[in-house]
Amino acid sequence: MTKVLMKGSEAIAEAAIQAGCTHFFGYPITPQNEIPEYMSAHLPEHGGIYIQGESEVASINMVLGAAATGCQVMTSSSSPGISLMSEGISYLAGSELPCVIVNVMRGGPGLGGILPSQADYLQATKGGGNGDYNLMVFAPGNLQEAVDLVQSAWDYAFKYRNPVMILADGFMGQMMEPVEIKEHKTDRGNVESWALGYYKERGNKRSLIKSMNLTPELLEEHNIHLQEKYAAMKKEETMFELVNLDDAELVIASYGTSARIAKTAISHLRNEGYKVGMVRPITLFPFPYEAFDRIPASTKHILDIEMNMGQMIDDVKIATACKYPVSFFGHCGGLAPSVEEIEAECKKILG
Amino acid sequence: MSETKIYSRPESWMKEVHTHYCPGCGHGIAHRLICELIDEFGIQDKTISMAPVGCAAMMYDYIDIDYVEAPHGRAPAVATGIKRVYPEKIVFTYQGDGDLASIGMAEIIHAANRGENITVIFINNAIYGMTGGQMAPTTLIGQKATTCPLGRDPQLAGYPIRMCELLASLETPSYIERVSVARPKYTIKAKEALKKGFRYQMDKKGFSFIEVLSSCPTNWGLTPIKSFEWQLENMVPYYPLGIFKDFE
Amino acid sequence: MAKGRIEVSEDYCKSCGLCVAACPVKVLRISDRINMKGHRPVEQYKEGCIGCGMCAISCPDAAIEVYRISEE
Repeated sequence: MTKVLMKGSEAIAEAAIQAGCTHFFGYPITPQNEIPEYMSAHLPEHGGIYIQGESEVASINMVLGAAATGCQVMTSSSSPGISLMSEGISYLAGSELPCVIVNVMRGGPGLGGILPSQADYLQATKGGGNGDYNLMVFAPGNLQEAVDLVQSAWDYAFKYRNPVMILADGFMGQMMEPVEIKEHKTDRGNVESWALGYYKERGNKRSLIKSMNLTPELLEEHNIHLQEKYAAMKKEETMFELVNLDDAELVIASYGTSARIAKTAISHLRNEGYKVGMVRPITLFPFPYEAFDRIPASTKHILDIEMNMGQMIDDVKIATACKYPVSFFGHCGGLAPSVEEIEAECKKILG
Repeated sequence: MSETKIYSRPESWMKEVHTHYCPGCGHGIAHRLICELIDEFGIQDKTISMAPVGCAAMMYDYIDIDYVEAPHGRAPAVATGIKRVYPEKIVFTYQGDGDLASIGMAEIIHAANRGENITVIFINNAIYGMTGGQMAPTTLIGQKATTCPLGRDPQLAGYPIRMCELLASLETPSYIERVSVARPKYTIKAKEALKKGFRYQMDKKGFSFIEVLSSCPTNWGLTPIKSFEWQLENMVPYYPLGIFKDFE
Repeated sequence: MAKGRIEVSEDYCKSCGLCVAACPVKVLRISDRINMKGHRPVEQYKEGCIGCGMCAISCPDAAIEVYRISEE
């Protein structure tokens, strides 16, 4: 297949279909409505099923039911909708069910705004719902990467039996870019061994999928098992990109659309002789701490750039063990830092 | 002289288990009827249910079929997800009044309105059992609960919700009936209703809803026998038994 | 009159008494024994069971099995 020009939301939806997504349950919310709209039109053409839930709460629980059968199920929403889904997401993680959740972030808190934002970094990586759990969180930097990450998301979801979140922002949902969408064969592993609906295949042994355990020792044991899974993700699955890091005096830490803007600023700054590089986490959980070990001795300062009020900065400080001063630059509420602003901020820091 | 066994402990009822339910609780009767039907239809290997939140949260310990746990009130949404993947399996939810008529009101109405081909079994005992006797959406006017210690006041809490009547106002559902398990004669009818609910699902007739008037001796503060007497005297006049909607 | 008998799985019984109330020929009662869960299980204490099964239908714990006896 050659490259086609597609809108981000539609590219994400088509990529999901080409990766074998069979069920989609969702509820309309701006700015991601093109995903459910595309799914409602095209999923049935591929033999799949689209249902519009009565709310985000219902939609994520439809996802839970379908995920419990071991099928490739997906939902998408935007920030306040993800807040409503948090109950179900906690249950999905606790019950160890694979699914893919797309969050096309908008500004918050509360109803906030409808314009692009990265205001859900903490919600996505540190919880949202109750209990000790983590999602795998992928933050694509451009549409092709979004397509590729959506397609591989089920491989990770089934490998770890854990929900995977694609954390995109409104820019990515709305922009048009040429992308190549290939067919992708998802590895669902041995679904029969745990999913609903294989009573006979398991030799008349039922499947029981749950998160509740009223025996404290057993609940602790379950939590330890979940932590072992998260530890394996941290060890095996981190993804990141390093940009012009080798001789950098200033290192930008950024992800998603803000990293894309920063990349342009870096190329301008390099042309002017400023030694600026970047660490771009692609997996926000597991966070690529080891990427920050690659920061060279020449580095004097780290600049965290996001479209929020600095939600990743603590992770950057942990990753660098506070060896460098870390400051924040960004905008929120639907505003993005401009290339010029980033250049000015870098020049100010480098003096 | 010969002997015929006319009633056995159901096969699909978990072996060697003691339920955690209080003595005389209607949940046990409803569970037993479900097990009898699973045995009679021979559908143990293809029936899937959701464990609700409430007293029946651990019903997977008693009925030997595939189970997934649903958050409070969300079972109809979870069932939708399952049934849309497995149209040939038998999917039923089992929900109490707090679960279905309060926190899960949106999910039940919309699952019914989509005509999901599932069977919903609604246990109404007019109180929150598991959490210790708080007011339910079905608590009767004047009935005392720990969060309405002087009795339910309609000025403050409105009137109890009649779920069968509410759902029967929708076009889509196929079958809606209210039954009781207060006496053997009612329990026999309750089993017939549940049987019809499962049968309709097998025949792909769409959404069926069976409300079972139950009891809560512990939180009502009555003996098991007095509880069912109270149910017949107080609940049945407000929640009349019978069919509210039938496809046929 | 039909004849029958019941078998009570005593350890499952919670002495709720619903079967005692349901029995049309009043041959059941709560016994004096204590089962492993601390309940006093129900028992058939006199002749006259007609094997109607009303006790089993009332039992929330599936503790009662019912037999019908025919004379021939």
